[in-house]
Amino acid sequence: MAILIIAEHDNQSLKAATLNAVTAATQIGGEIHVLVAGSGCQAAADAAASVAGVDKVLLADNAAYEHQLAENLSQLVAELGRDYSHVVAPATTTGKNVMPRVAALLDVAQVSDIIRVDSEDTFARPIYAGNAIATVKSLDAIKVITVRGTAFEAAATEGGSAAVEAVAAAHDAGISSFVGEEVAKSDRPELTAASVIISGGRGMGNGENFALLESVADKLGAAVGASRAAVDAGFVPNDMQVGQTGKIVAPDLYIAVGISGAIQHLAGMKDSKVIVAINKDEEAPIFSVADYGLVADLFEAVPELDGKL
Amino acid sequence: MKVLVTVKRVIDYNVKVRVKSDNSDVDLSNVKMAMNPFCEIAVEEAVRLKEAGVASEIVVVSLGPQAAQEQIRTALALGADRGILVQSDENLESLTVAKLLAKVVEDEQPGLVIMGKQAIDSDNNQTGQMLAALTNMPQGTFASEVKVEGEKVQVTREVDGGLQTVELNMPAIVTTDLRLNEPRYASLPNIMKAKRKPLDTKTPEDLGVAVKAHTQLLSVEPPAERQAGIKVASVEELVDKLKNEAKVI
Ligand SMILES: Cc1cc2nc3c(=O)[nH]c(=O)nc-3n(C[C@H](O)[C@H](O)[C@H](O)COP(=O)(O)OP(=O)(O)OC[C@H]3O[C@@H](n4cnc5c(N)ncnc54)[C@H](O)[C@@H]3O)c2cc1C
Repeated sequence: MAILIIAEHDNQSLKAATLNAVTAATQIGGEIHVLVAGSGCQAAADAAASVAGVDKVLLADNAAYEHQLAENLSQLVAELGRDYSHVVAPATTTGKNVMPRVAALLDVAQVSDIIRVDSEDTFARPIYAGNAIATVKSLDAIKVITVRGTAFEAAATEGGSAAVEAVAAAHDAGISSFVGEEVAKSDRPELTAASVIISGGRGMGNGENFALLESVADKLGAAVGASRAAVDAGFVPNDMQVGQTGKIVAPDLYIAVGISGAIQHLAGMKDSKVIVAINKDEEAPIFSVADYGLVADLFEAVPELDGKL
Repeated sequence: MKVLVTVKRVIDYNVKVRVKSDNSDVDLSNVKMAMNPFCEIAVEEAVRLKEAGVASEIVVVSLGPQAAQEQIRTALALGADRGILVQSDENLESLTVAKLLAKVVEDEQPGLVIMGKQAIDSDNNQTGQMLAALTNMPQGTFASEVKVEGEKVQVTREVDGGLQTVELNMPAIVTTDLRLNEPRYASLPNIMKAKRKPLDTKTPEDLGVAVKAHTQLLSVEPPAERQAGIKVASVEELVDKLKNEAKVI
C-alpha cells in the first residue's frame, strides 16, 4: 500500500496545508510519496523531501503545471495514481478543483474533506454545514481523498530525507489557459494557519472600519477574517471569508465582531479552541458557541480592547 | 448557444438538520426543501446570458426523486426554457450524477454547462469537476465572473489566495461561487407560465448508466457540542479572562 499526496505549493515553497495532509496519510498507513507538480518548483520539492514521514518526492517540473490548471494536472495525477492505494490532497481550492477530476478519470468516488481516519478505507467527514458527521467507507480500489487541514496536526518540516525523483510526463490538454491573478498581499499570517483570528461581519458597516480589527490583529499576531455578508457587501475581499463555503479555520482564539453566527459561518470556525463574540444583540446565535461573549457596540468595545492589549 | 444548467433539491439553507436517533442518516422527513443556493446562482447566470443575447436556449436538469420537478419548475419560472428530470429514488453519488449528466450533455450538446460549486447537503464539491473530466471539457470552478468571448469563456475564480482568471475553450463547465450574481425572485406570472414549459422525465436506464455505489455510509453522528460559555460584563473582564483563564493572549 502506498499513498500519493498532491502537494500544495506556489512553485517556490511548500504550503502548510500539505503538512496536514501528510499527517492524515500517516494515519492511513503505508509508504508516502509526495507529488510536486509545477514549473521551476525544485525548491518546493526539496522542502517536501525534508518533511517527516515522506518516503519519496515525485517532481513534475513543466510549464503545463505552472498554474495548477485542473485540465493538465488531473491527467498527470490520474496516470501516476493508478499505482497507489490512496491519492490524497489538502482540501484547498486547488485540491477541490483538481481531485474530483482525477477521481472521475480513475472511475472512483472522492471522499471530500475528511476530518478523521478510522482505517485505510473508512473516514469521517462533515456534511450539512458540519451539523452532522458522516462515517463513510470507500469501496473503490483507489481512494481519492481531500483532507480538512484543521483536523490534522501539521507534520514536522524537518526530519525527512526522501529522494526526489523526476517525472517526465508532460500533459498539456490544450483546452484552458491561465490569464492572470489578483493575490491578496498581507504581512499578517494566513487565515488557515493563524493561531489567532479576528473576524468582522456586516456589523462593521464598511471596509474602512476593518482598520479597527487590523490594529488588534497586529498586536495579537492575528489574521483578519470576515463573514459572507461582509464580503458580499464589498467591505473586504473573498479570500477572507470564513464558513461552510469559505475557509475552515480552527485557531486557538477566534474573535467574532459584528457577526450574527449563521450556521454557514459557524461551520467554518466552531472548532476553534476559544471563541469570543462581540455583538450588540444579546440574542445573536454566535453567543451560543462563544466561550466569552460581550454584549456591546463594537465601535466602543474594539477600540477599548485595542487599548488594553 | 445552448446553456445547460443543473439544479439540486436539498434541505432549505435556513434549516438546521437533525441526525436520526439510530444514527443511520440525517432526518429529512417533514423538512423544508428548496433549490440548492449555488444552483440558484447558476440559473441566474444562465438567464443573464440569455438576456444579454449570448445564450439562445436554457435547458435545466435535475437528478433525483419525482419531487425534484418542483426545483425544475422554479428554474423554468426564473427563465429556463425546458426541463429534464433524471428520476431516481436511489442515492446518487457525485460520480453517478456526473455520468448521467455526461449522457445529457452528449444528447444536448450545450456550449456551456453552469452548475453550483457544491450542494449544501453533502458539501462534496465534486460533480462539476467530474463532469468536466468525463466530457473532456475545461472547467472554471468557484466562478465570480463569467465572460463569453467568441469560442472562449473567461472565468474569474475565487481561490484561497484571492482571484484567478482562466480562459477556457468552449464547450466548458462553470461552477458558481457566491459572488457571481444575486439571484432574482420568480414573479407570479412567470410561475404560472412555467407550468406550461416542457419537462421531460428520463431514468438512469434510459440514459444507459448503471447506478453503482462507490461508498457506503456507515453512520451519521451529531457533531460534538461546544460547552456553553459565559457573558463578560466589560472589555476589561474579557482581557482578563483571555489572559488568565483561557491563556490564549
Ligand atoms: C449557500 C450559502 C453559503 C453561505 N456560506 C457562508 C460562509 O461560508 N460564511 C459566512 O459567514 N456566511 C455564509 N453564508 C451566509 C450566512 O447565511 C449569513 O447570511 C452570514 O453569515 C451573515 O453575516 P453576518 O453575521 O456578518 O451578518 P448579519 O447576520 O447581518 O449579522 C450582523 C451582526 O452584527 C451585529 N451588529 C451590527 N452592528 C453592530 C455594532 N455596532 N456592534 C456590535 N454588533 C453589531 C448585529 O447584531 C448582527 O448580529 C452562506 C449562505 C448561503 C445561503
